[in-house]
This record gives sequence, C-alpha cells and structure tokens, in this order.
Amino acid sequence: MADKACVPINSEIDIVTARQKGREMAQQLGFSSTELTLIATAISEVVRNIVEYAKHGELCVDIVQQGDKRGISVIAQDNGPGIPNIKLAMQDGYSTGKSLGLGLPGAKRLMDEFDIVSEVGKGTKVTMKKWVQKNVR
Amino acid sequence: MKRKETNEPSNEADTALRQELVEHFREKRELLRQQWVEQMTTKGLLAGMTREDIENESITIYDTCIVCLETGEYEGAQTYAMRMAERGVLRGMTTEQIIGGILTLRDVYGRSLFEWYQQDMERLSAALDIYEPVANKIISIVALAFVEEREKVVRQQQEAIRELSTPVLQVRDQLLILPIIGVIDTHRARQLTEQLLRTIRTRRAKVVVMDITGVPAVDSKIAGHLVQTVDASKLMGATVIVTGISPEIAQTLVTLGVDIAKMNTVGDLQGGIEVANQFLGYKVVRTYPEADLNHKEKKVQ
Amino acid sequence: MLVPILKQGDYLIASIQSELSDADLLKLRDDLVRRVSEFRSRGVIVDVTVLDVMDSFATRTLRSMAHMVMLRGAETVIVGIQPEVAFSMVQLGLRLEGVTTALDLEEGLSLLDHKIKGDNGLG
Repeated sequence: MADKACVPINSEIDIVTARQKGREMAQQLGFSSTELTLIATAISEVVRNIVEYAKHGELCVDIVQQGDKRGISVIAQDNGPGIPNIKLAMQDGYSTGKSLGLGLPGAKRLMDEFDIVSEVGKGTKVTMKKWVQKNVR
Repeated sequence: MKRKETNEPSNEADTALRQELVEHFREKRELLRQQWVEQMTTKGLLAGMTREDIENESITIYDTCIVCLETGEYEGAQTYAMRMAERGVLRGMTTEQIIGGILTLRDVYGRSLFEWYQQDMERLSAALDIYEPVANKIISIVALAFVEEREKVVRQQQEAIRELSTPVLQVRDQLLILPIIGVIDTHRARQLTEQLLRTIRTRRAKVVVMDITGVPAVDSKIAGHLVQTVDASKLMGATVIVTGISPEIAQTLVTLGVDIAKMNTVGDLQGGIEVANQFLGYKVVRTYPEADLNHKEKKVQ
Repeated sequence: MLVPILKQGDYLIASIQSELSDADLLKLRDDLVRRVSEFRSRGVIVDVTVLDVMDSFATRTLRSMAHMVMLRGAETVIVGIQPEVAFSMVQLGLRLEGVTTALDLEEGLSLLDHKIKGDNGLG
C-alpha cells in the first residue's frame, strides 16, 4: 500500500478529496469506524482553514511508526498569511473568518497529537497524529 | 522473559574455585538446607505450607541455585521462578515470603562460605567474587518474575473489567437503559458512548435512561463526557434521562457549571423509567390484586 | 452534486445522495428556504444518512437553514445522523441548538405529524 499521499488544496472542492484520501489510508491501518470519522472530520477542519485563510496549500497523509505504535500522520501546510496569535486561534469560539471558530481546537480534540507552527507572512503548518488503539476489540 | 547470560570463567583458577564451591555446597546440602528451612520457619516465612511442600520446594530451589553457580546459566532458575511466581501469586503468597525466603538462602550460603574459608581471607574473597554475582542475579530473577506475574494479573483484571463494560439494555420498544457502575475514565466513557449510539440506531430507541447511581465520583472531564453522550444521543433523535445523581456528583456538576437546563434528570431509576413511559405514551397498569400475587408466590414455593 | 427536493403533502424532503461540497450545501439551503414558501410547506426534512463527515461548516449551514426555514413558518427535522458522525460532532464541540433531529426519515415524518398536527410528540 502507498505510504504517503498528498492532495493539493486550491478550492473548497478539495476538502472532500482530502478527507476521502485520509479516510482511505486510515482504513488500511485498521482504525475503527468511529476513529475513521474522527480523522476525516479533523482533516476537513484543517483543510477548510487553508481554503479560508491561505487559499492554496497541501495536505499530506502518511503512515507513522513509533516503537510498537502505528498511526497516521496528517500534515496541512500553506504559504498563506500565517497566524499572528496561535494561542488565540486555538481558543474555542475564536474566529477572524466566517466560521464557528471551532476548527483548529476542535481538530486537536479529535486527534491524539496536534502541533501547529506558523509565521506571519510565510505560512502555517499543522501536524496531527492518531495512533491505532491496541488491545481494544 | 528469556535472557541468556553466561558467566564465562575467566581463567582456570577461577574454574577450579567455582567447582570447589559447587562441591562444597553439594556436600553440605542437607545441613545447609535444614538451616535454611529452620531460619525461614523462625521468620514465619513458611506459613501455610505443608511439611512435604517445604521439603520438595527447598530441595528444588537449593539444587537449582547450585546449577546456576556451576554452569553460569540461569534458564533453570528463570523457569522455576516464573512457575513459583505463578503459583505463589495464585495461592496468595506474599512477596515478602518469596523474597524473604530467597534472601535467607543467600545468607545461609554466604555464612557457610565464611566458615569454610575463614583461615584464608584471600581465597574467601575470591570465592565471594564468584558467589555474590550469582546470588544477586538469582534474587533479581525471582523479584522480576514476581513483579511480572503481578502485572499480568492486573492486566487480566483490567481486561475483565473492560469486558464487563456497560450493557445497554432494551426494556421496551424504543426505551433503552444504560446502568453505569464504577469509575468512569475517558476510555470507558468513549466506549460506552459509542456503544449507546450504535444501539440507539439498531434498536431505534427514542428514550435512554442513563442511571449513574453506581458512579462514585466525576471530575470535570468525565462530566464533559457525560454531557457529550447526552448531546450525541440527541443528534440521533433520542432523549436521554439521567437518573441516580448522587449529592456529590450534583455538587460537582453545579460547581463545574454544567448546563443543567439542557439535561433531563430524574431522582432515581424507577422515576426515570416512569418519565420515559410518559414520553413514549405508555401507561403501566397493574392487573393482579395483591392477594392474588401472594397466592401465586406461595404456589411457586 | 444536486440534492433532489421532493414535495410530499405539507412537507419537503431533501435526501442527500453523496458527499457534498460547501457550494452544494449552500445551494441546498437556499433552494429549501425558497421552496418552503413556494409550496406553502409546513415541514422540512433533510436526510443526511449518507454523510460520513459533518464538520463545522456543514453543521453551521444546516443550523442556519433550520433557523431560516423557521422564520418562513415551517419546522425542520434533520434525520439520519450516523452514530460515528454524532460522536465526532460532539467531540468537535458542535451542537444543533434549536434544530430537531430524528433517527431516520420515518421517525422524522411521524415527528412532524405530531408537531404540526398537534399530537403530543417527542423531542
């Protein structure tokens, strides 16, 4: 199976493509149906963020291994305006655009790991991971 | 756990001395073993064991240790320690009994070496150089085996608790009951929410009575999870009635500022089911007079 | 992807057939809000059974749709939210305040009947 897949993000139509790609890869890894939905929803939120603020960017999904853990990594990257105050952007209900302001903090809640790096004028990179649960039948 | 470590004898003198120690311990086997058993008895480490058990076990342990010394291989000790830990933990032997026993044996061996070589300090020192690492290794093997066994038991119990999990019960058409008993953590909260949502779908439930009488405490995180369970059920068209909120949990919920107005709460499970019946348009009617019921019960007896 | 809107008696039924883009969703909202008065409908059902993701945008659009429909004098019921989707929505922090939900189309119809024809209904 392909280990890595990237989707260029240029318009809101790519949101659907990106989350389908993520769901496909997560499915190969053996995530439960609930987790597949969580992953697809998180991807939807971060990609929407790109469409709304940066217009163009890229979403990549990849398989990651750490010790005996296996999981999926999702990287959403853009060269947009960047986020001046990340702390503020990660607050529930904060939004400068027309959204509910739940996108980034919401995506963080859906995944196991969440990291955001942003530089004003240069762009934003969101890295999220979710691990396959072991011993859970 | 299968580690293989060989203490290669460094030179011929070493090998000779090692062999000498082994022969010494074999020769004094009965004497030293009896000393060991006596000391353990005095310390009360053998409580609950039969005479026969003590004889058999002490012989096996004694000999196993000597084999380790002789060959520098610990596989026998490892296997035995694991078996002992398995039985020990099952029989409810304390860690003190096992570790205390093996420490006592170390002392018995050590003392006998002191006596044996008391005229020749240099030789004693060389003998201890050989003996001590072996003794320490054996003790650590036994201790590790015990810790591992305990962990295994804990894992099995956790698994068992998870299996019991939380049943979602259908009591009548469109009505589910979810009795939650015991501590809820994030993992369990998630599991029971997923299970409830799936059952709502398959049973086409419209009302769920979630009884938390058996939940000792909630923190803000768990309260959040319970509210999520209620909200998610609502999204699927089912109303959740929460019953059995203890005074402590009520206090927590109010302190945390959980939006109570959105939650349907009823004092106890019985009340919850009555409200659910009203919701669903059921009316429960008693058809047998009490006398009849008593009569029936007698007949059954 | 166009969402077909069926008129059945006093109700409008929109049953989503595949994943929708943002534009599709907005179009559905506008169509429904327009047709409610066109057909003098009293109830609207949106069936989202096929959606395997409801993110913040979809939720917000459906909610605003329900509120607009209400202002036009009709009730909205969202039906068919999947267990996984419901779970994901609450994890994300999304709610459908002021919007009625039901298990499926059948339940949604009977809910509207109760509400509109005055029977005591659930929800």
